[in-house]
Amino acid sequence: MTLKQHSILPGFGLTMGFTLFYLSLIVLIPLAGLLLKSATISWDQFYAAVTDPQVVASYKITFGASLVAASVNAVFGLAVAWVLVRYSFPGKNIVDAMVDLPFAMPTAVSGIALTAIYAPNGWIGRWLDPLGIEVAYTQLGIMVALTFIGLPFVVRTLQPALEDMDVEIEEAAASLGATRLQTFVRVIFPAIMPALLTGFALAFARALGEYGSVVFISGNLPMKTQIVPLLIMTKLEQYNYAEAAAIAVVALGASFAVLLFINIVQWWSRRYAA
Amino acid sequence: MILRPFVAFGLFSIALVSIAVFAGGCRRSSDPNAVKILNVSYDPTRELYEEFNRVFAEHWARQSGQTLDVRMSHGGSGKQARSVIDGLEADVVTLALAYDVDAIRRKAGLMPKDWQSRLPNNSAPYTSTIVFLVRKGNPRGIKDWNDLVKPDVSVITPNPKTSGGARWNYLAAWGYMLKRELGDLSKLHDPKSADAVAKANEKAKEFVKEIFQHVKVLDTGARGSTMTFVQRGIGDVLLAWENEAFLSIHELGPDKFEIVVPSISILAEPSVAVVDKVAERHGTRAVAEAYLKHLYSSEGQTLAAKHYYRPRNAEGVPEEYMKRFPKVKLFTVREVFGGWEKAQAEHFNDGGVFDQIYKP
Repeated sequence: MTLKQHSILPGFGLTMGFTLFYLSLIVLIPLAGLLLKSATISWDQFYAAVTDPQVVASYKITFGASLVAASVNAVFGLAVAWVLVRYSFPGKNIVDAMVDLPFAMPTAVSGIALTAIYAPNGWIGRWLDPLGIEVAYTQLGIMVALTFIGLPFVVRTLQPALEDMDVEIEEAAASLGATRLQTFVRVIFPAIMPALLTGFALAFARALGEYGSVVFISGNLPMKTQIVPLLIMTKLEQYNYAEAAAIAVVALGASFAVLLFINIVQWWSRRYAA
Repeated sequence: MILRPFVAFGLFSIALVSIAVFAGGCRRSSDPNAVKILNVSYDPTRELYEEFNRVFAEHWARQSGQTLDVRMSHGGSGKQARSVIDGLEADVVTLALAYDVDAIRRKAGLMPKDWQSRLPNNSAPYTSTIVFLVRKGNPRGIKDWNDLVKPDVSVITPNPKTSGGARWNYLAAWGYMLKRELGDLSKLHDPKSADAVAKANEKAKEFVKEIFQHVKVLDTGARGSTMTFVQRGIGDVLLAWENEAFLSIHELGPDKFEIVVPSISILAEPSVAVVDKVAERHGTRAVAEAYLKHLYSSEGQTLAAKHYYRPRNAEGVPEEYMKRFPKVKLFTVREVFGGWEKAQAEHFNDGGVFDQIYKP
């Protein structure tokens, strides 16, 4: 393979140059700044900062809640996408547009709205409270907020995949004697698996960084409901930029590892499922 | 959906034009008779400065003939200080505590070391204190700090790590216990009673720890806590700035909440300062200084009292405002904790007393 491949389309040099410039400006330079900032403290300080029990607890809470929220979205987002693609019903366009609302709403507004609904005196909270279920100001509340903001990612990545799938394939499967379950597991699921994984990964990544909506509903108790971005904020509040960056670097590294893993699984499933 | 090429090109051009327009809008206008200053403040001063800016602009127009435009920025006090450190061009800052103003000096060197003595009263033209907001009729019978740790009482306060206001709450509770143990706070500075002081501090630590065990929600800021208490109906008592407590009652009706004033509390001194380096660069030093001085005039003090801040000088402030403020014994951060820098390092920094409360 030669380094420079000739292409029929002109303009490769210009567009590639632009891509690199744009990515550097928007993504790489700020990330490099983050790394540099965290490098201003010694390795021991870095280690002490990221292994503090409060920090470790918040990593567990953030990653745990994000994982749960992304999984919930993977299941129910699939159902939503399926309904929106396969059926037509009055008001479908409105329902379709509603899926995007969590994208468009300022996250603080979502957080306050969710807290208002799930607080013990809220519309839903008042029915759950007598059952002993507390949502607002618990870890469950964090999951609810993260599920809310992650939903569009799953639905929007699944929709095109489902649209690409011909109904005839399902009919063929049925006519060859497959049961409904078999059709879903053997025919439909493998085809949409890559898209589902992408949606899951996006929802998960989005949840890891979410701050605005969670701080309102979580109660922010150290060791119990304190998320990583909040802890970073408290470090900044003490003008401790370096340790804040250290915590961020670890969180970023972990999310990158998770996303990379999902991408590898996806690549693998594409290669061997086909 | 696939965009047709010319539609895509159109969208692209619109994006470029709007960037150009936006960038152009950011440029400063340079009318010699118009002067602009930016006041970077914290959250609950919104209403106060909205009115004060109008009044001062008239005053300044009479005095100098210039039209003054005061722009405001509000947010959590610590976050605002950080913005100024990171380059927000504030001509004056009016923050919740001296520690935040001092951080601007320490981290960015934008003002001299003696900033706090350049204006009267520690550079704090109005004060407030920490009081309790309880539900109407005070069903839990909360009268003083020690009632907060009665079984089943649920307390709402913001997180002292993220909220300047919450640090006052915490220190007020600590000071109450010292006063109860020592009888007289002046013993703190008497070397002879060092043992008693150490014992009292131990007691105070236990007491504050117990209070935080009664806290179910630690919001990041004072307004968040007020909302949790008032709108979500969580908790029996909210530890709040007096001005915030008055505002909640004023806005939500006195039939729902009442204020309980404890036996002793802390003198909260929101500090103001000219940001010298920025004001000099902008050529706004004169107006910035006059702006802060005017807060001490009877007009400024009246407005502070109107918006539920305790004025420093009651002279010329109408009686109807003054009678709002009940007499309460107040101590300062300096006399009990030896100043903000010390209190911050001992109590609120990482590994400090507050973190120990939450150690597993």
